[in-house]
Amino acid sequence: MKTLSRWLLKESIIIPLISVFVGLLIGAIIMLFGGYNPVEAYQALFKKAFGNIYGIGETIRTITPLIFTGLAVAFAFRTGLFNIGAEGQFIMGSLAAAYVGIMLDLPAIIHMPLAVIVGGVVGGLWGGIAGYLKASRGVHEVITTIMLNWIALYLSNYLIREYLIEKGQQKSVTLAESSWLSFAFLTDMFNNARIHFGILIALLCAVVFYVILQKMKQGYELRSVGLNPHAAEYAGINVKGNIVKAMVVSGMFAGLGGAVEVLGVTHNVIILPAFQGYGFDGIAVALLGGNTAFGSIVGAFLFGFLSFGATGMKLGAGVPFEIINIVIALVIYFVASRLIFKRLLNALNVNKQEEQ
Amino acid sequence: MEWLKLIVDLTHNTIVFSTALVFAAIGGMFSERSGVVNIALEGLMIIGAFTGAVVTFFVDQALGGSFISPWIGFLSAILAGIIFSLPHAVASIRYEADQVVSGIALNFLAIGAAIYFTKVLFNGSAQTKTLMTSFDKWSIPFLSDNAIVGSLFKAYPTSIIMFFVVVISYVVLFKTPFGLRLRAVGEHPRAADTMGINVFRTRYIAVMISGGLAAMGGATLVLTTTNNFTHSTISGHGFIALAALIFGKWHPIKTMFAALFFGMATALKSVLQQFGITDFVPVEFIFILPYLLTILVLAGLIGRAEAPTALGKPYKLGSR
Repeated sequence: MKTLSRWLLKESIIIPLISVFVGLLIGAIIMLFGGYNPVEAYQALFKKAFGNIYGIGETIRTITPLIFTGLAVAFAFRTGLFNIGAEGQFIMGSLAAAYVGIMLDLPAIIHMPLAVIVGGVVGGLWGGIAGYLKASRGVHEVITTIMLNWIALYLSNYLIREYLIEKGQQKSVTLAESSWLSFAFLTDMFNNARIHFGILIALLCAVVFYVILQKMKQGYELRSVGLNPHAAEYAGINVKGNIVKAMVVSGMFAGLGGAVEVLGVTHNVIILPAFQGYGFDGIAVALLGGNTAFGSIVGAFLFGFLSFGATGMKLGAGVPFEIINIVIALVIYFVASRLIFKRLLNALNVNKQEEQ
Repeated sequence: MEWLKLIVDLTHNTIVFSTALVFAAIGGMFSERSGVVNIALEGLMIIGAFTGAVVTFFVDQALGGSFISPWIGFLSAILAGIIFSLPHAVASIRYEADQVVSGIALNFLAIGAAIYFTKVLFNGSAQTKTLMTSFDKWSIPFLSDNAIVGSLFKAYPTSIIMFFVVVISYVVLFKTPFGLRLRAVGEHPRAADTMGINVFRTRYIAVMISGGLAAMGGATLVLTTTNNFTHSTISGHGFIALAALIFGKWHPIKTMFAALFFGMATALKSVLQQFGITDFVPVEFIFILPYLLTILVLAGLIGRAEAPTALGKPYKLGSR
């Protein structure tokens, strides 16, 4: 019991917990202001997300891309890089996987893995651009990745319209079934939910993340660069090379996410009028998860089920589902401003000690 | 004569499209010059657009379509922007938060809150009703009647305000004690503090100015171009403003020209379509241009951009 409470009181656990709680609480207050019943709303949310087998399948479907983008952001963070570009890398991964899925005609055993891998590689290269610019020209990755997101959006729209378009539609032709990650038996099992095997690839990626960073010499170098680039340089670590590597791996995770989403869920790519937000959600996921592999899975789980469950709030309690975007924004805000709670906790501790 | 008209129209459209960008970019400049990264410009513009649309709509309802209502909407938007920038200011200045993350959170919050409250206010509709009144163009008599160059002498009041804002910003930043303090705080907060400048207060003011100006940009779009607020009213304008700010190297006049240049990319689109040039150059490439240029500038391929030295670093009392 004591170890449990000590574990819960660890800063990396308690701050996200408080943030989520406060975020949901403020969300409830906003709902009250809008004239809605927050208890009903949150109940409807849970029911939608976990109420039946279909809901569970769809919740897992929503969680899957978030694990990928969460891992992407977290991996870069550990090397001291802030990858806001997961969104663009995700788009490029989708596009590449769609291209392989549409243009090639291969047996499923080769076609599907090839599409996944190509998606990951292209995402990695897209991330690598920002890494290269940082390493060789000292350009801050935050700005380049923001700009690369927009370039990816428009470039993808252009390439879809030029080469992959379904006539008269705002989307590409459907991918060959041999490249799909979704299977009829799985869909049937979950009552037509769009769950697919991408979740397994996501979990595998989390393992890869952990092994690279914690068990390999390469990961030690990456983390050293993240903790103190000057010390790492002095110790003979190639800082610039590691920056590029980190961005490539990070982009690869995001690109895989994009590929998996296309191959598993949509089976086509659309001309995007705006960002879908997977990459930005990834930032939230990584932050909440303390930039670890396991944390990213937990974060993706939380945000995934909140976003999917939110669609049930409209029917259940009449609440616009945007309320959940507000809650997620608040959670990110509070995790970022962790000092608010830290000072609060410290003040509480001081009071307690004085009482004793 | 046809070419002259083309150039005149292009200039007119460029100014219309750029006004909002200039406001937001100049706003960003104040914040970043004081050392606080502001990628919440997008969110602040959303809040400005939302407030501008909603307030104008309801004032119109009360007054029955008066010319005064867009002005009330415009001023309310500025106020809303200032208030909405406060959480970012508090997180970045007082609680040493990662300023990029806090900015992202605010962008999320802005779009979520704006659409949520739109739905609450307009019976579940994700967009506000079309406004009865918006800003009319001001024109100089006689000159504006000319068929060819007439549109040079017609402009929205916001565009005229924009030029004043740029000039005033230049004067404030480079010719007043406050401007000197602002820049000092962004370059070397420790030294500024030693000289008796209140680093925290200066940064708070700077972020609030950026909130007000960015919201002005959002309101401008609603009250001159779109006439209602939807989730796509502000789609990337804040980030283009950020790009303009960097392209303009954190200098008010250069930033204005950068924003005008990016606005021209949008204006060009319609002109190019008119002349069938988009058959050869895809529209998407024109959209990409501002972002690509920003990267090239930062990479030192087109001039070198030097950010304020203390940009993004929280100032801790007693730190070295």
